[in-house]
Amino acid sequence: MSADPGQFVVTLLQAIAMGLLTGMVYGLMALGLSVIFGVMRVVNFAHGEMMVVGMYLAWLAFDRLGLDPLVSLPAVAAALFVFGYVLQRTVINPFIGLPEHMQFMLLLAVAILLVNACLAIAGPDTHGVQVDYMFDSFNIGPLVLDAVRVYAALAALVVAGLLWLFFTRTRPGKAIRAAADNHIGALVVGLDVRQLYALTFGIGAACVGAAGALMLLIVQVHPFLAIDYTLLAFVIVIVGGLGSMSGALAGGLLIGVSEAVAGVLLQPSLKSVFSFGLLIIVLLLRPQGLLARRS
Amino acid sequence: MSGAHLAVRGIGKSFRGLRAVSDVAFDVPGGAIHALIGPNGAGKTTCFNMIAGVFAPDTGDIRLDDRSIAGLRPDQICGAGIGRTFQIVKPFMGLTVEENVTIGALARTSHVPEARAAARQILRDLGLDDRRHVRAVNLTLPDRKRLEVARALATGPRLLLLDEVMAGLRPTETDQMVAFLKDLNARTGITILLIEHVMRAVMALSQHIVVLHHGEKIAEGTPQAVTRDPAVLEVYLGQESH
Amino acid sequence: MSIWRRLTDGVPARALGALGLLAALLVVAPFLLRFMSAGDYWLSILILVVYFSYIGQAWNIMMGFAGQLSLGHAIYLGLGGYVAAALYVNLGIGPWLGVFVAVAAAMLAGGLIGFLGFRFSLAGVYFALLTIAFAEFTRILFDHFKWVGGSGGLFLKVEADGSAFNLQGSPLLFYYVILALAAAVFVLCRWLLTSRLGYYWLAIREDPEAAQAAGINVLRTKLLAVLISAGLTAIGGVWSAFYYKSLFPESAFSMGRSIEVTLAPIIGGLGTLFGPIIGSALLVGLGDLFTSLAEWLANTWDVKTAGLKQIGYGIALLLIVMFRRDGVWPWLARRLGFDRQREDRP
Repeated sequence: MSADPGQFVVTLLQAIAMGLLTGMVYGLMALGLSVIFGVMRVVNFAHGEMMVVGMYLAWLAFDRLGLDPLVSLPAVAAALFVFGYVLQRTVINPFIGLPEHMQFMLLLAVAILLVNACLAIAGPDTHGVQVDYMFDSFNIGPLVLDAVRVYAALAALVVAGLLWLFFTRTRPGKAIRAAADNHIGALVVGLDVRQLYALTFGIGAACVGAAGALMLLIVQVHPFLAIDYTLLAFVIVIVGGLGSMSGALAGGLLIGVSEAVAGVLLQPSLKSVFSFGLLIIVLLLRPQGLLARRS
Repeated sequence: MSGAHLAVRGIGKSFRGLRAVSDVAFDVPGGAIHALIGPNGAGKTTCFNMIAGVFAPDTGDIRLDDRSIAGLRPDQICGAGIGRTFQIVKPFMGLTVEENVTIGALARTSHVPEARAAARQILRDLGLDDRRHVRAVNLTLPDRKRLEVARALATGPRLLLLDEVMAGLRPTETDQMVAFLKDLNARTGITILLIEHVMRAVMALSQHIVVLHHGEKIAEGTPQAVTRDPAVLEVYLGQESH
Repeated sequence: MSIWRRLTDGVPARALGALGLLAALLVVAPFLLRFMSAGDYWLSILILVVYFSYIGQAWNIMMGFAGQLSLGHAIYLGLGGYVAAALYVNLGIGPWLGVFVAVAAAMLAGGLIGFLGFRFSLAGVYFALLTIAFAEFTRILFDHFKWVGGSGGLFLKVEADGSAFNLQGSPLLFYYVILALAAAVFVLCRWLLTSRLGYYWLAIREDPEAAQAAGINVLRTKLLAVLISAGLTAIGGVWSAFYYKSLFPESAFSMGRSIEVTLAPIIGGLGTLFGPIIGSALLVGLGDLFTSLAEWLANTWDVKTAGLKQIGYGIALLLIVMFRRDGVWPWLARRLGFDRQREDRP
């Protein structure tokens, strides 16, 4: 690290900017987990695995069809939506309201299947995409921002915006939000709960699928990333407030930045110390999340 | 075993700025059976929860045989000699009737066979003995209510707090419960404070009634006096006639 | 005599007979395996079954008895293994002495996590996440802990003068050590369940609020569950460190290791004594079955796909969870007529 304080500030700002950009994608990933928990009270222990499935689908689209992940994103999200919808209808629905350990074991089995399906199809090697702008960058003052990260973050922002429109402007969206805010309320209003649950799981899966496609622009994929993403998503939603949608996005930014800054201040291998330390503190002192209103 | 004297001295409690109970005071002498009545939301269960240690009163004091118990934890309150039931019954659903009551009895002895024997005796008294190997989850509501009383009794209290144990019982079952409590009180001298909506049970059991409304005590006295009290009539009949 | 009566009270005679038979069979199993081809291989499988039933039993105390979901038991396994191994490698203190330090270290960690979690009223998923967070934290810590080898790992050399005194020797030694541990923890768990503490744990598992009203000091009782569970798990960690002879933070404290601990008792039947044993036998057996199947596919049909055996395992796990929610043992016990008398059970 440079001894020049000016240089250090630039390095730090650079890390924060990078962290914010990555954090957008993290936020989108965690949003899926939060929506699912908010509505169904099911903790999706296969979330990281669904992320990795999204990454692999985007990689397949690139490898076989030459599609940029930004282009294949809608298709990847749609595929994950269908997967999530069907999974909820067939496997998860009977477990809603059951003790946590049963849901945990069920989703663990799903996670094992997903990760090994990826392994069987794509092998244990890492895969990435080579887009033609992969070495481009934007210069803002002294900061150099990778084009891939900027595009990924912008796309994540667009997806989050679309979700916001869905949740505020459409009937099923409002119903899901109502269900997330007030679990009983939605039941009382007489919404078709089974349909709503499947739709919610589909949307949660689509979120994380989209996040996976975008993440592939930034990192290479291999099957064993899955558990790290599951943990990362847990950290983010707890910090943002489990079940809170805006909290998930903000939590994503916070964790993205804290990882990047920890990478600068400490060794890169210590970068998750911040995240897990934050998780412990938030769990103990503010389990409703840093950004949630006290309920 | 003899009953303990409960003295409630001007207790008050607010939740998020809303006063649930303010300045409530009453006495339950040792060996007496008193009732706490009032419309829904009058603060009865809040009073119970303060006595049972679920939360500490903001103001005032609660004394059991002249020892302050305000602010103690529920398990410490139980140890001090107060047994309670919950308005929404909370049996240990996955455990058998006998296991449920044995757990209560273990408050008095660490010897499991001894606790089990004590539990059996209480179950016989309450007419639950033939169901002792049934898990609580499979009991009917009246049986769950009786189980709730049995478990509270098993902890060996000198004061029993009963939160609507008659609600949902049929008249004959109510009479059985009333008879049981009367007999228990006569036999052991245990003090009983009950919250009850079933007036038939209140009149049959209690020697003295405290009436709460909007978190405040509006009347107290013998059942006959209370039922003639204009303030009480206003609260009850006034509501019904509108 | 009275202890025997206390332990067996209410247990059907046929269940006791079956248990005796199982114990006898496990004791003589290595000798029987000698007459089989690939006996060493089968012994290694048997060792795994007994090991997972041991640590599953230890985890079950916390979750199955007291209802506190820990998804971070790798921390106790890892700490136990690391403490005993580091004492041996760095200071020459043997494992039979080191195990006490290992247990103390794990109990200290468990006490801290439990106290913080319970003091701040964390339950369910939130408590589980706290246990994960502490395990991950410890993993990162040990990655940078040079005295125990850091991320490069800690290794126990195979020594010429190795003997049972420093827990070195043939798989047979390790088999009997873990079998003795598993038998001891089985009896201990039964004893605990017939004690006041056991009843108190069940009460807290079923309803903490009602338990407290019945006079139970909930914080202390839950802490005891964590302490006992952590200490017993650490003994398993010591055994495992000396059996495998290497430790890496990346795996010793991993989420995967924590999950491994929970599988057998949940699949077998939470809160039951036979659950961890049945679950462990089933899962290790299934794992082995699918490994053989994958090998057969590779050799016979030239299908060499990575992940096939785990896919089979995952499907089996999914089916068991979906169709035997309460675990295999409660269902099996009813079938065999081993369940304790409960009139409301068919």
